[in-house]
Amino acid sequence: MGLKAEEINEHIAWQDVTVGCEIYEPGTSKLTKTGEWRSKTPEWIEEKCKQCLLCAPFCPDASIPVCEGKRGEFDYDHCKGCGICIKACPFQAIRWKEEN
Amino acid sequence: MSIRERLSGNEAIATAMRQINPDVFAMFPITPSTEIPQYFAQYVADGKVDTEFICVESEHSSLSACLGAEAAGCRAVTATSSAGLSFMNEVLYVAASSRLPVVLAVACRALTGPININHDYSDSMAERDSGFIQIYAENNQEVYDNYLQAHRIAEHPDVRLPLMICEDGFITSHAIENIELEEDDKVKAFVGEYHPENYLLKEENPLAVGPYGISAYYMEARVAQAHAMMNAKQVILDVAADFEKTFGRKYGLIEEYKMEDAELAMVIMGSSAGTAKAAVDELREAGVKAGLIKIRVFRPFPGEEIANALKNCKAVAIMDKSEGFSGCGGPLYAETSGACYNLKTRPLMVDIVFGLGGRDFTVESAKSVYDRLAKIAETGETGDIYTHMGQRER
Amino acid sequence: MNDMIEIRWHGRGGQGAKTASQLLADAAFMSGKYVQSFPEYGPERSGAPITAYNRISEERCPIHSNIYDPDYVAVVDETLLESVDVTAGLSESGAIIINSAKSPEELKPLLKGYAGRVCTIDARAISLAYLGKYFPNTPMLAAVVEVSKCVDKEQFLKDMEGSYRHKFAKKPQLVEGNLQCLRAAMKEVRG
Repeated sequence: MGLKAEEINEHIAWQDVTVGCEIYEPGTSKLTKTGEWRSKTPEWIEEKCKQCLLCAPFCPDASIPVCEGKRGEFDYDHCKGCGICIKACPFQAIRWKEEN
Repeated sequence: MSIRERLSGNEAIATAMRQINPDVFAMFPITPSTEIPQYFAQYVADGKVDTEFICVESEHSSLSACLGAEAAGCRAVTATSSAGLSFMNEVLYVAASSRLPVVLAVACRALTGPININHDYSDSMAERDSGFIQIYAENNQEVYDNYLQAHRIAEHPDVRLPLMICEDGFITSHAIENIELEEDDKVKAFVGEYHPENYLLKEENPLAVGPYGISAYYMEARVAQAHAMMNAKQVILDVAADFEKTFGRKYGLIEEYKMEDAELAMVIMGSSAGTAKAAVDELREAGVKAGLIKIRVFRPFPGEEIANALKNCKAVAIMDKSEGFSGCGGPLYAETSGACYNLKTRPLMVDIVFGLGGRDFTVESAKSVYDRLAKIAETGETGDIYTHMGQRER
Repeated sequence: MNDMIEIRWHGRGGQGAKTASQLLADAAFMSGKYVQSFPEYGPERSGAPITAYNRISEERCPIHSNIYDPDYVAVVDETLLESVDVTAGLSESGAIIINSAKSPEELKPLLKGYAGRVCTIDARAISLAYLGKYFPNTPMLAAVVEVSKCVDKEQFLKDMEGSYRHKFAKKPQLVEGNLQCLRAAMKEVRG
């Protein structure tokens, strides 16, 4: 088997590239903090939240963790700031963070 | 013991497939390859194979289904011709770069237009840059033998590339000739089972295939793929050596026919090579030092081997059975002349585009080529280098 | 390849000229020969003239072109004599075998001066008499074997019997009729 995902980077030689660029393990998105690409940030207002959980399945980056039937704080390591959760929330419990 | 039979090229391929019993056959029909899935469907119906036989809606889909199956760890096959192969074009590149060793049987046929169902290599030559290994056959025996070797070459860890088994549409695909078949259990033992190390749903480490490769990775991936194609040469020879040991029939990258002392030579592919051999035999009897090189493996291109075989010739004709429309010669000419460029002494060389859309190539046609080569050797003048043969002219 | 026999078949799409060439290849194969049987595909239309070919030899034949100078020509449909140049390239030491109720003399004027042997076989009458239906291929096959001698006759009949017993395993009553049809056709070739 070839390199582990965490060993693959922009410095490896062609001889070390896996066959067909295959990745031999699951869950490799943990290694890449795509949240760095975010230009706008959603903010969860916990007191307005009814825990209806409509936001979680809409999130294209699986960045709204749900634990024991309740959503928690955003996973900002992977949230790309698309804002879909803001549209999905019927209770205005998510809004854009004012960032300066 | 070999089994004496008489089969068409298509039935020979279907028979090889039955003996190998692949996991998946995704099919979409097109003349003249249609009989391959047709025969195979009968094997499925008769319970002679336990292959998952999937009827899809296009060639783009049939090859895509094969890729999915291969990624899941299956041995997957399909067959096509002409426009069907063109419609697979996008997926051919995906198969090769994903390094998924699908085996694709191609009954080579002209591309439109004018609309034509007959044989030439327009379809397979158009895919010469796709990253598939391409192996061509002179007759039904060779197409059967090539097929028995295909999976082992394609699946070899040093290679892992998809592979086309090419036969001549109608001329080989539909002609019934004698053939030596091998026994089912011996074929199964020779080909072996396919157990890839990694596959999509492997529990310990599920596989991800076909990732995005930004410019920081693409070059490295392509170089690795190019090396796999280079590695294929040795693997093809190793598998051929084992095939000869097991079944007694010998194969190489090229076949040299009466080339030891040949002064006039032809480089040619497929069924036309057989016809040209009959011409060489006649000319040899008349004292002409004629020979020919038949290209069995076109991808990887055996440039060194061809150059070495041609180095002592005086005049050589490259026989292109696809036009290529480069304006200065067909693909076989471009690659062969390129391969000979670094020879210390080079033969005079001309390109002859022939046999397009089923235009017949006879022993007389082949002899006329050697006549032309004799004049070139005598005068030292090639005349026009890029030429066509067999067309009506004013 | 001096021993090689080359045969060209003329028929119409759907009449079975291709099948006849395959049957002849089968018969020659069973008697130990190397065979080729291949069609020439033009427009794939029922009724359109089609051509099929046989090469029969003692060694594998490497040639994969069409046949232009056949030793024998078999014409499954006599109406083709008017529209197709069936004797083109035909060896004068060979023969043409035409499916027709007419005599060779009656058909000779249609053959553009062909000076070789002309044979006819009334495949319809023989087929109807022994098979009860019109299957031109069975009498044509026998007539071609009789005239060309490309396969030993006795061996041919023996091999065909084996082949019919296999083919009609579930209808053994058809075996004898087919064999009688072959024997009758061999006897009744004219010319």
